Amino acid sequence: MLAVSDARKRYGSVAALDGCSLRLETGEWLGLLGPNGAGKTTLVRAIAGRVALDSGRIELFGSQLAGDRRGDAALRRRLGIVPQELALHPTLTARENLEVFGRLHGVGRGDIPARIDWALEFTELGDRQRDLVRTFSGGMKRRLNLACGVLHRPEIILLDEPTVGVDPQSRQRIWEMLGDLRAGGASLLLTTHHLDEAQKLCERIVVIDHGRAVAEGTVAELVARTVGRHHEVVIRLEQPLPRGIAPALIRLDATAVGARIADVAEELPPLLDSLVRAGCTIVDVHLSAPTLHAAFIALTGRELRE
Amino acid sequence: MIAALLRVGWLTLKRDRFALILTFVLPIVFFSVFALVFGRQGRSEIAPIPVVIVDEDGSDASSRFVEGLLREPGLRARAAEDGAAPLDRAAAEGLVRRGAVPVAIILRSGFGAGFGGSFGAFAVPPPSDDAEERGAPVAIAELLVDSADPMATPIVSGLLQKVAMTAAPDLVAERGIELFSRFGGELTMQQRAAIATMRAALRPESAGGRAAPGATAAGPFAGPVPVRTVDVLGDRKTSGMVGYFAAGTAVMFLLFSMSGAAGTLLDDEADGTLERTLATGVGLARLLGAKWVFHALVGVVQICAMFLWAALLFRLELLSRLPGFILMTLATAGAASAFGLLLAGLCRTRAQLSGLATVVILIMSAIGGSMFPRRFLPEWAQAAGNATFNAWAVDGYERIFWYDQPTWSIWPQLCVLVGLTIVFLALARLLARRWDAR
Repeated sequence: MLAVSDARKRYGSVAALDGCSLRLETGEWLGLLGPNGAGKTTLVRAIAGRVALDSGRIELFGSQLAGDRRGDAALRRRLGIVPQELALHPTLTARENLEVFGRLHGVGRGDIPARIDWALEFTELGDRQRDLVRTFSGGMKRRLNLACGVLHRPEIILLDEPTVGVDPQSRQRIWEMLGDLRAGGASLLLTTHHLDEAQKLCERIVVIDHGRAVAEGTVAELVARTVGRHHEVVIRLEQPLPRGIAPALIRLDATAVGARIADVAEELPPLLDSLVRAGCTIVDVHLSAPTLHAAFIALTGRELRE
Repeated sequence: MIAALLRVGWLTLKRDRFALILTFVLPIVFFSVFALVFGRQGRSEIAPIPVVIVDEDGSDASSRFVEGLLREPGLRARAAEDGAAPLDRAAAEGLVRRGAVPVAIILRSGFGAGFGGSFGAFAVPPPSDDAEERGAPVAIAELLVDSADPMATPIVSGLLQKVAMTAAPDLVAERGIELFSRFGGELTMQQRAAIATMRAALRPESAGGRAAPGATAAGPFAGPVPVRTVDVLGDRKTSGMVGYFAAGTAVMFLLFSMSGAAGTLLDDEADGTLERTLATGVGLARLLGAKWVFHALVGVVQICAMFLWAALLFRLELLSRLPGFILMTLATAGAASAFGLLLAGLCRTRAQLSGLATVVILIMSAIGGSMFPRRFLPEWAQAAGNATFNAWAVDGYERIFWYDQPTWSIWPQLCVLVGLTIVFLALARLLARRWDAR
């Protein structure tokens, strides 16, 4: 449905995209993760037609974008773009904003009222539809921002940080809205700084760094490929661990010890039993599964927001 | 703590070059322009007044007087239409009516006979059958004037007297001697001989043919050349001046409102709506075109409101000049809208646009005739004014409302405004390349 091959774009001496490639299949939800400056937004803007690539190819719906404005525009009309900025007209009402962007996306004059009603229900902004957008809260603007990008029923949605700066309730509501779009069969390319968001929403993740896709796969695949399947266990004792007991344990501080275990059911009970038999009193046990965060750091060598 | 805040202010200002220019350079430029334009009024740099001369008398005295007028540095005079036949009264009046010159000097039939002999009550008999008021000096010259330029009439009138004294002092002396002879008795032969010698010395060719520097024209009475002034456009004075001020004000504020409206492009850029709109496939040219059309329509309404108000409150004759008014309004609003887009293209932020627009528009308005008629400006400022949008717009409206010219006569103004619109739009599109996909 969407394929980017060997995309390259330089701004002076900086390579924003350096041979980036990815594929988005029909109905798929793909997460695009990368540190700041990795090239995510440049890639999304290139797909949206707002960045001209130096080289490389973008295919949409089986057709290669050829740089022909009219032909490319027809293909891109089937895209929905939800920018990171709250790109709304503040002096227009919610309904007027929806009407403007609906018309710009080619929704017919006759279809507009029904689509706006759908969007207002979708965003739960029906009771504020005639209020100026500048009076809205951040969460309300985010919901409207999303609705303006999907009003024309796009087949592919490009979502750039859809929940940045919103409170947990609004974030949950936006996730529900995205769930509705998924039920409608739309494909989605999501860039986000929230790893939990990518983990929760996306079937597949592409990690991008220095303008290149450095890894892709499901969360489990990425984790297995980088940090493995080991769980981390941290055990806190009442007294420091005597020497010579359970040599596999690593001393984390005076009373805490830790270990990496591949099979929780097989390995954890004997470990705890050996401590009890050695006369130790166990105060707490914390078990953590391998995370996308750990995988991300392993892949890029830095935190997401660096 | 205050020092830290001061440092923030200083660093912010220092790094914003445009703000630095706005703060320190543009005010000085602005002041300099105004000082140059207005600071030398009343001094030697007042522009020579363009006049046309019609010699209806054809006498030696009138010919010499015409030559004197043509040499007068305070006038830019001509007696013929581009080297062709001499002008007649109708042609001269037409030039005044069209606003080509503010004054036409008519040397009436009998000018030679009456020249220099009409000091007040001692006037010689009327040279023509005009009904001059009893006892008043007989006018041997007429000034057909455009009262839109109130300065021109008294200046030309004074210069006529000066030229009379310097171009034909011998004739003035002769008329004086005649008057003396009539009321003081005949002169002796010896006196006559002395006066003849003096007259010969007074002839301009004896003095090198040049007007004596510093010669004054005005006499205690009507001077050697009694003048009658005819305001050929006087019947339209009120409406015309209202029309001028409506046009000047409308054009200046139109530019302000258009630059402000074009600033929405910068707002849209800042809040991301421009990027989002362009991502929908709307081309930049189409986007600029839509903005141009909308702002131009707003401009049309703005100008119409101004003139309607003038018509209702100040009895501006609008209906009889509707076609010309509509054409000028469409062209003016279109050009102003394009100019606003150009200014927006030049700027990166709303603050920059606001500062730049204020300075540029005020300077253009000052030398372009939006604040007061350009004819009062020094010659160089009038010439510079031709490069401004305001001058052509105001001139067009002035032709319609003051000179009452037919609609077709504003074609030069319309052509220039349409040309400016095309140039402004092309430059605005060029500057807007920064918003293209790149």
